[in-house]
Amino acid sequence: MHDSQVAAVTEAAADGIDFDGFEVRADGDEYRVAANGAETTVGEDDLDAALAEHVDYATNWYFWHATAPQAEPRWAYLRWLERSDELSVPERYDALREGVTRSWGQLRITATVDEGGQRRYALRNEEDADVPDEDLATYEDPLEARSLAKRDDDGKYRPLKTAPTLRTGWRFAGLSAEGLVQAVDFFYPATVANWYAEREGELDVDHWRETMERQTGMFGLVETWDRGEGHEHVNWVAEACCVDSQCLKRREWQYDDETDLDVDGGDGRFPCREPCSVVISAARQWTKLEAEEPRTYEFELTPSEKEQIEAIVDAVADGEAEEIREADVYEGANRYRARFLRAKLFDEDGNLAGVETDRE
Amino acid sequence: MTQALVIAAHGSHLNAESSTPTFDHADTIRATGAFDEVREAFWKEEPHFREALRVVDADEVYLVPLFISEGYFTEQVIPREFRLEEWEPELWDSDGTSATHATLRAADTGQTVHYCGPVGTHDSMSDVIVRRAESVTGDDDVGDGFGLAVVGHGTERNENSAKAIEYHADRIREMDRFDEVEALFMDEDPEVDDVTDFFESDDIVVVPLFVADGYHTQEDIPEDMGLTDDYRTGWDTPAAVDGHRIWYSGAVGTEPLMADVVLERAADAGADVEGAIERVKAETGGSPATGD
Repeated sequence: MHDSQVAAVTEAAADGIDFDGFEVRADGDEYRVAANGAETTVGEDDLDAALAEHVDYATNWYFWHATAPQAEPRWAYLRWLERSDELSVPERYDALREGVTRSWGQLRITATVDEGGQRRYALRNEEDADVPDEDLATYEDPLEARSLAKRDDDGKYRPLKTAPTLRTGWRFAGLSAEGLVQAVDFFYPATVANWYAEREGELDVDHWRETMERQTGMFGLVETWDRGEGHEHVNWVAEACCVDSQCLKRREWQYDDETDLDVDGGDGRFPCREPCSVVISAARQWTKLEAEEPRTYEFELTPSEKEQIEAIVDAVADGEAEEIREADVYEGANRYRARFLRAKLFDEDGNLAGVETDRE
Repeated sequence: MTQALVIAAHGSHLNAESSTPTFDHADTIRATGAFDEVREAFWKEEPHFREALRVVDADEVYLVPLFISEGYFTEQVIPREFRLEEWEPELWDSDGTSATHATLRAADTGQTVHYCGPVGTHDSMSDVIVRRAESVTGDDDVGDGFGLAVVGHGTERNENSAKAIEYHADRIREMDRFDEVEALFMDEDPEVDDVTDFFESDDIVVVPLFVADGYHTQEDIPEDMGLTDDYRTGWDTPAAVDGHRIWYSGAVGTEPLMADVVLERAADAGADVEGAIERVKAETGGSPATGD
């Protein structure tokens, strides 16, 4: 142990240390040290040696009280990362020497410990779990997480940080405790704070109705969303936006305090406490579109053409249109199939089957 | 007692670069160490305004809106979303450009929030506009023989939007540095489309008072002024238009010296950042304080 660690234990022993199975108490000129079922009483000169008998316990206490961020959510999060509620200090140190790995959204976080009890954290995309270190770009500054989170692997902008499209190919090798929580907060802002609040039973959930009621300006419009059809519209919003395939947060907000939505909120580790700005923007647009009255149109389609239109909507909705192979004309959403359909069925103004859109 | 700085900006669902100036200015301020924590927060990105305070630990928060004018966002949206109890615009006692700060409590976190006026109306913003003119011309003494156009969005819906632009145009005119200074707008008269009509000078520096480069500063304004027929093909700096040379700077908010305005706002609200202000000015090309 370093002198500064021994000095910190000595100082804290005046008030008594009792942490993770490690106890130290000053009693006059003597110190009682207990850990792992063994107990000894020594003078100050021998305290160093007595602590050395329980060095993992001692450095563990030091890390959690002198190194780790002392803000409760981050502290609890770091404890969760190394499974401190499941593993005793010796078990945990054994595991940490190998590396204790947990996932957080698409992040794979591995905690390790050195001789002095200092934790280091490695961070990468879960999809890169088995990629050799040298094949990944290595970053050191947690602030870099902001630019890594900005675009997906195709270079497309990710307005929603918790979309399951986190880019691959990077790693942070040796973050400090402070740096790790900072990086996590840049990848998935506020998820640690809200996870902790939920754990403490203090998550402040704002349901759909109250969130919409506070909108003003151009978003004031979404307040008119209910069109006498209860919360069916909101179910559609949640099904469109708030499922695991689109967002890794677990939706905890419902229609209102008393009315749940029918759509499952997902399995994400971190809770979603109110409709986000992406959902509100989309809902505003749907509010406008849903104000339209239906019309009856008459088209003639072959059965395969009807199925092809369904396949196109599915492929776009599931983000799979790009994956359909160039020459796979057996897929309804294949580009050549779609172009054939357009060539055959659209008139020169782009009207399906030559039927004009009736906006009157 | 620890102090944090939260910079509140608009952000975008569509444009990845909208938040870049906010990150850059936050990093400049972070590097000074003046605050225990510095965090960016957004209306359209994350952390959202609603969740920004819970990601900072400090008891005292200086909240600076990276917005150009007082109006809908500074008076309604930001105080509401940050849950600033007891807020009312009268607390700023502002004529539209004179807000300094108000101290409030955040309902969800209990933090003390010093809610500052927007960066765009701070006096030192005039210096950033001038610095912008210097950086686009590559001449630290630019002014003689030059006209300066300060360009704002302008909107019939909010009179404060134009006030901020005119305020800085007036201040810079009083510096007597440029031969001519005009306030021009996209959506109201006098319009930036006719920029050359308002100047005698051969050389005109055009500085849009926008926080980030985007649709308006990179597409609309260059095309409207006749710098280019198609923004995608780019334009020259300077570009020849109607016998004048137009030095178009892009959004003033991307100028590194903007970090100074954020700090000045926090300082006016009581943050202890004097050393940081000196350092940021020195690093970002601001005029060194002379002490007079």
